Amino acid sequence: MPERVALTGNDSAAYAMKQLNPDVVAAFPITPQTELMHKFASYVADGVVDTEFVRVESEHSAMSAVVGASLAGARACTATCSAGLALMWEILYVASSCRCPLMMPVVNRALSAPINIHCDHSDSMGARDSGWIQLYSENCQEAYDNAIQAYRVAEHEDVRLPTMVPLDGFILSHTLEGLEVNDDEAVQEFVGDYEPEDSLLNVDDPHTFGMFALPNYYMEYKKQQVDAMEAAMDVVQEVGKEYGEMTGRSYSLVEDYKCDDADVIIVGLGSTMGTAKQAADDLREEGIKAGVLKIRCYRPFPSERINEVLEGAEVVGVMDRAVSFGLGGPLFHEIRSSQWGQTTPLVNFIYGLGGRDLSLNRVKDIFGSLVEAAESDDYEPTVRYVDVRE
Amino acid sequence: MATTSLKKLSDHEDLLSGGHAACPGCAGPIILRQVLLAAQQDDVHVAGSIATGCMEVTTTVYPNSAWKIPMVHSAFENSASTISGMEAAYRSLKRQGKIDKDIRFIAFGGDGGTYDIGLQALSGALERGHNFTYVCYDNEAYMNTGIQRSGATPKGGYTNTAPAGKVEPGKREIKKDLTKICAAHDIPYAAQASPHRARDLMKKVQKAVSIDGPCFINVFAPCPRGWRYDPKDSIQLAKLAADTCVWPIYEVENGKVKVSYKPREKKPVEEWLKAEGRFKHLFKPGNEELREEIQADIDHRWEQLLRQERCDQEEDEE
Repeated sequence: MPERVALTGNDSAAYAMKQLNPDVVAAFPITPQTELMHKFASYVADGVVDTEFVRVESEHSAMSAVVGASLAGARACTATCSAGLALMWEILYVASSCRCPLMMPVVNRALSAPINIHCDHSDSMGARDSGWIQLYSENCQEAYDNAIQAYRVAEHEDVRLPTMVPLDGFILSHTLEGLEVNDDEAVQEFVGDYEPEDSLLNVDDPHTFGMFALPNYYMEYKKQQVDAMEAAMDVVQEVGKEYGEMTGRSYSLVEDYKCDDADVIIVGLGSTMGTAKQAADDLREEGIKAGVLKIRCYRPFPSERINEVLEGAEVVGVMDRAVSFGLGGPLFHEIRSSQWGQTTPLVNFIYGLGGRDLSLNRVKDIFGSLVEAAESDDYEPTVRYVDVRE
Repeated sequence: MATTSLKKLSDHEDLLSGGHAACPGCAGPIILRQVLLAAQQDDVHVAGSIATGCMEVTTTVYPNSAWKIPMVHSAFENSASTISGMEAAYRSLKRQGKIDKDIRFIAFGGDGGTYDIGLQALSGALERGHNFTYVCYDNEAYMNTGIQRSGATPKGGYTNTAPAGKVEPGKREIKKDLTKICAAHDIPYAAQASPHRARDLMKKVQKAVSIDGPCFINVFAPCPRGWRYDPKDSIQLAKLAADTCVWPIYEVENGKVKVSYKPREKKPVEEWLKAEGRFKHLFKPGNEELREEIQADIDHRWEQLLRQERCDQEEDEE
């Protein structure tokens, strides 16, 4: 029977990992991910998982080890953030190109310098072109649910791509939340056994993995990754629906909250979307038709679905917790590009870098500024920085 | 019982096929074939990982592979961490009863991928005690990228990033002693070998793969292109390196040093230096002192090795 428990974001991801019971987990400490692996280490120490737990000497080796394990036929997992994800960079691409169906929670944290341990999305945003699927989480419940669904998406025969589960550092990772967890058997049944076609341990039919492909073949490798990513769009929805049948909590590519009749919509990802929903509720009581579009699946990028939801809005604000220097927010620019041919005005709000708090009132202000912009038909500046000293 | 008899092994299938793209005379494929022939016998199977480098790019050009064992290449610096994951997967799946084969793991890397960029991953894997053998083929420079200086390049050697010029005599620094660094992890087995002593190399490989724990074998790999000599001379050069004590052949088993080959008459290092174009500049006037230094360095390391062997023997006798 499902159970109601109180867990932090880190503990909820670790609890999902316990129930998934991966064959191999590689761990290297980095704040704020550390407690996730502390929790998982305690499951290993108590013998409640079958996992070989490899305490590597760097994140580069963590990603290398799980790639080796995955190609050897194991269900493998690691977790990281920030500088750790940056150190993995090279091997992120190897993992996706070698079609390793890994699952990796990324406990979002800002990149150095200046060194900062708090939340923003510059780490996982930077990895958006690495060929990994990305499923962002609004709260601890979603971090848990996304971690469980991730393997089903990653291992699907049409997909076979690694999947990242970003969750906001500290804001989620260290916040205790009531959530519902499935029982172990239900999770095991949901994910099933992992039986890859080829493996490094298949000595009777030896294969070479990670080959050297020259210009005459390299592009076909990449095109296959493109096709797999496209296929993931359907698979994410199918798996989310099936998960809903089991738990009552269905998932899709995006979550549209009160967008049907909304005049003003805020788009974003992660924990801020919880605050935005509350702001929308409050503003609706004041007569402002506010809505929230939460992007759960950032890779593959659900352009079509986003356009459907945004159609009819008078103005849209896109919230970015990362910045692409010289351009603006990454989410904003992808939405603007999806919106080619549409006429809805878009304004970008860059906020919360290095963990700067975004209060409920500030989100209401942002909604307010969008309403003002629509009334005056003046949307400049297009890219705005929230709560920054000039 | 695993064999090192060349007669018997001539009936075994080569596990690295011909048709790879290594340069003529390259010692690398000779070493790989010796290692695989020695390791995969009877019911013992081998799976491997290989670092980016000469032996990787010449054996795995898609859609062809020269490898007849399961093999993976991931990147330059992570052959040891990749095999850590493979070995962990094997242990986990074996424990769960999902695999019944007896598989041993061998990670390969050149000197660049092992002495330098892959040293951290190697050290981590050795310290964690994975059951694997790391084989380094040491051709003393980054040869795949076009002959650049590495931590394994010897003093006085010409490379394209430390060339000999009007004021520079090639590499100024002494070669890193990686085998000692690995042995200092107190692993069960570390050794140096050379392809001209095939049976010694194969016995070392068999010993390493039979040991439960991390083992390291450093194999000297003459490179005609980088060292500038006639490709037919690779094996002769390997022998000359052993006879001049430039490349000592020895093993460290459970902390005890045993020298596997002692030349009856130790040849002067000048013979070694004269045999290769990469040292040609050392014979120009003004470089006499450097040649003496090189001889002194080699003598020092050789004497130190013999002293360690004597100490370990005396300890055993006590």
